[in-house]
Amino acid sequence: MIQQQQPKPSNIDWITLILYFIFVFGGLLCVYASVYREEYPMIWDTHMNYGKQVIWIGLSLFIGILILFVDEKFFYAFAYPIYGITLFLLVAVLLAGTTVKGSSSWIEIGGFRMQPAEFAKFGAALALAKYLSGFNVKFKDRKTQVIAFTISFLPLFIILFQNETGSALVFGSFIFVLYREGLPGYFLFVGFMVIVLSVLALLVPPLYLVIAIAVLALIFLLLIRRNRQNVLVVAAVSVLMMAYVSSVDYVFENVLQAHQKSRINVLLGKEVDLKGAGYNVMQSKIAIGSGGFIGKGFLEGTQNKFRFVPEQSTDFIFCTIGEEYGFLGSSIFIALYILLLWRIVYLAERQRYKFNRIYGYSVASILFFHFLINIGMTLGLMPVIGIPLPFISYGGSSLLSFTILLFIFIRLDSNKVNELRGELD
Amino acid sequence: MNSTSKRTVLIIIFVSVALVYIARLAVMQLFDDSYLRSAQENVLQEQTIYPARGLVYDRTGELLVYNDAIYDLIVTPEQVKGLDTNEFCKVLGITKEDFIKRFEKIKRGVGYAAYRPAIFEKQLTIPTYAAFQEKLFDFPGFQVEVRTDRKYQHSNAAHIMGYIGEVTDRDIEKSDGYYRMGDFKGRSGIEYSYEDALRGRKGIKYVLVDSKNRTQGRYKEGVFDTPAVAGQNITLGIDQKLQELGEALMNNKLGSVVAIEPATGEILAMVSMPTYDPNLFVGRQRGNNYMALLQDKAKPLFNRPIAAPYPPGSIFKVLMSLVGQQEGVLTPNTMYGCHGGYHMGGLTVGCHPHGSPLNLRGAVAVSCNAYFCQVYRSVIDNLMYPNSEAAYKKWYEHISSFGIGHRLGVDLFGEGSGFLPPSTYYDKVYGRFHWKSSTTISLAIGQGELGITPLQMANATACVANRGYYITPHVVKTVNGKKNPNPEYSQKHWASVDTPFYNIVIDGMEDVIERGTGRIARIPGIIMCGKTGTAQNPHGKDHSVFFAFAPKDNPKIAIAVFVENAGFGATWAAPIASLMIEQYLTGKHDTRKYVLERMLKGNLTHKNDSATTAKTVKH
Repeated sequence: MIQQQQPKPSNIDWITLILYFIFVFGGLLCVYASVYREEYPMIWDTHMNYGKQVIWIGLSLFIGILILFVDEKFFYAFAYPIYGITLFLLVAVLLAGTTVKGSSSWIEIGGFRMQPAEFAKFGAALALAKYLSGFNVKFKDRKTQVIAFTISFLPLFIILFQNETGSALVFGSFIFVLYREGLPGYFLFVGFMVIVLSVLALLVPPLYLVIAIAVLALIFLLLIRRNRQNVLVVAAVSVLMMAYVSSVDYVFENVLQAHQKSRINVLLGKEVDLKGAGYNVMQSKIAIGSGGFIGKGFLEGTQNKFRFVPEQSTDFIFCTIGEEYGFLGSSIFIALYILLLWRIVYLAERQRYKFNRIYGYSVASILFFHFLINIGMTLGLMPVIGIPLPFISYGGSSLLSFTILLFIFIRLDSNKVNELRGELD
Repeated sequence: MNSTSKRTVLIIIFVSVALVYIARLAVMQLFDDSYLRSAQENVLQEQTIYPARGLVYDRTGELLVYNDAIYDLIVTPEQVKGLDTNEFCKVLGITKEDFIKRFEKIKRGVGYAAYRPAIFEKQLTIPTYAAFQEKLFDFPGFQVEVRTDRKYQHSNAAHIMGYIGEVTDRDIEKSDGYYRMGDFKGRSGIEYSYEDALRGRKGIKYVLVDSKNRTQGRYKEGVFDTPAVAGQNITLGIDQKLQELGEALMNNKLGSVVAIEPATGEILAMVSMPTYDPNLFVGRQRGNNYMALLQDKAKPLFNRPIAAPYPPGSIFKVLMSLVGQQEGVLTPNTMYGCHGGYHMGGLTVGCHPHGSPLNLRGAVAVSCNAYFCQVYRSVIDNLMYPNSEAAYKKWYEHISSFGIGHRLGVDLFGEGSGFLPPSTYYDKVYGRFHWKSSTTISLAIGQGELGITPLQMANATACVANRGYYITPHVVKTVNGKKNPNPEYSQKHWASVDTPFYNIVIDGMEDVIERGTGRIARIPGIIMCGKTGTAQNPHGKDHSVFFAFAPKDNPKIAIAVFVENAGFGATWAAPIASLMIEQYLTGKHDTRKYVLERMLKGNLTHKNDSATTAKTVKH
């Protein structure tokens, strides 16, 4: 089966690794700039978050290198136990966790705090990869689909109970992996339509929407061939859409919590909440918008220095990039990030083993989701959902878990024997 | 769709999101310069606009409480840079240690953030404010914020008005972000119970200031600003003239007066003696004055009319007459003899000399103890009930339906419930089924374990005046020009005695004033119904008690007066009640000068007044 082979430097994908280093050390500079105090100028000063981040980077690199030396079979063999342990931690934290800022998602051991939700990501990725790569597992089977969905979304529901909506939603990104592995494309389309309809339903009175859907359905019917089946499908779909838009208001008012409603309202411009979410977004936009073309320069961001953007070193770290490095720096950052995603997808596609490929797609999807939400939030295009920007944001659990997530993939990829020589499904 | 094109779809999704974000960045960073301007003008400052607290009027429309401007020194810690601390301390008149201490205190405060303004010094004196205003530009990070404090037009009705005080850390946490350190909030009286209406809603103004703390203008033409909403005005049921007279009459005495308009339950006057000047709770000396009042042995902060339990005395004879009739054991013609009191076995309840035997009206008029002991016995030992416990429970139900033995729900903080012993109370003392009418006979004449607040007595009187119902007494008549929104305050609570039974009792109460123990309270031209009481006080001299309503038909005022340790009801309580009724019904109180003089001058405290207790004299 899999041939034993220790990683040779030449077999490691250096592009991915270099991008990782650029992000981690660039991120450290951003953390430094966003919490900088004149009293503590040294970047390794552990009084400040940047000093702590230096320690975290050291620890992450150490573990990352360890991973490169772990036998490749280990991840395949222990995928389920690792998934089990992360699930166990998720439940444990619900029962005995420490509550920080309203979310009970932290485990505290000594002075050391960690968020199991971060580690559940690679747990779920490994388990999903192992399950879907098993013999006789065909994605077309109903049973396979149910189990794959369960593996992907079970952590989501547990994390929702911890009041960590952001981390929970991350698991939604597995939909991209499932799509790649055979989930029909209309799932993505339906998901997209659900979001569009939800936004419309919150902005426009449902009655107008229902009328609009009916009119569109009629026009659609006039344009297509009107046989029995088509008419039935169009009617069913439009009725479903009408029912959905009518129920959005109810769900919004009765299921969501006050702060979640407020964040969505702020995003849709229906509410101006300058005390909470709106304040963050307004300040974040001022910081980014004032960056101009080349930015104000390292440590020169006035909005940063005056600490107008709350949570700037964690969830709003992109403000620092936007303000200090301007449009140029931000665009380069985004381009590099997409380059990393593309590289992972590219590497994933050339893997001989399904396990490696699926795992690679999981890494890319998770990183993409964080990118989508986190940067969108600082630009005022996404609701304020507190998830970090991978590798950049301050935070030990986050950096460590993304490092593990990525390095497992680098390790899997480094076995060049696994490479495909031609196109195969 | 094959896997290659699926991969392409995913890459297209990634790249499109990136392009959208880059486009957004281009708009924000390259084309829209409003962000740049906001940032260049340096910093956004959040200024709180304090709304004016609601005004308070009396029932005739006279202004009682208004607002006065005060100036607080605010600091935004993040912006304090290059401050000349010596100069600053000199202007403010504090030491350098003080300065450091205050900064530390601000940093420990709830909701502290370096960019959020916090109070550095409260209520600057006018000279300091003036000196500061000139030098404000030299002190980056500091600014003066205007807010308002209360001013009381008159120095009375302190217990009704209550006072405002600074919010505590707990208030801030509970308020869901509304209150900030240094904010004021009602702490007692209507300021407390109507806080939400009175406070209004704070506004926020966003202004851009440069690094020297000079205002550069509003942020985005004020689209993010929220205007302050002024507090709602309140009209009290209190009649200021009546309140003033009540406090003058009660001056140098201990006790309470409560006057209620029976038809509406509105409290017309409520006196608690000793009292204090509500203006003591205003300004920089607020805290010191509060401590002084708190430590005063005469307890001026104690709100007697709603909290103090007194032995009820004669009001119970009136209620006994009603309950007896309702239970069918008493008619207007029931006659009982009185031979110097009520005798049963070895038990005797004494009585004063009067004609005998008496019918019901006569017994009310002369307040015969023996008669009401007989009535009580016939209620409790009524053979219609299986045992005395069941009969007592019925009696208890009747009495509590007049609002006795439980909190009425007045709109003031700190109401007491008084005490009406439930049957289980006697079970505990004597054992179940080991007590009967003779054991509890003192309840018949309102003595014994009973406790009633002056508010409950006035309310019961109003219930008699209404011939059977009361509306929960309340001090606030309208909020924002509309009737008090609490539905409790418009609802009739019917007592369990039917309306026809009231007539004979009310006739008896009229006799009390016309030819009985309350003659001194008689006002020419007004038919008043009342009852004197002399409540036995286990702790000292008896309390002088009087309750009455007038006029007899279509009553406009019901009143209860307690003067502590003052002896007979007719001596002090009755004249005071009479003068107040006259004032309320006719607008005059000086037709009987000798009574007025005696009441105003009477000093029953027999000790030196403390500095704070006797400030309300306006006569």
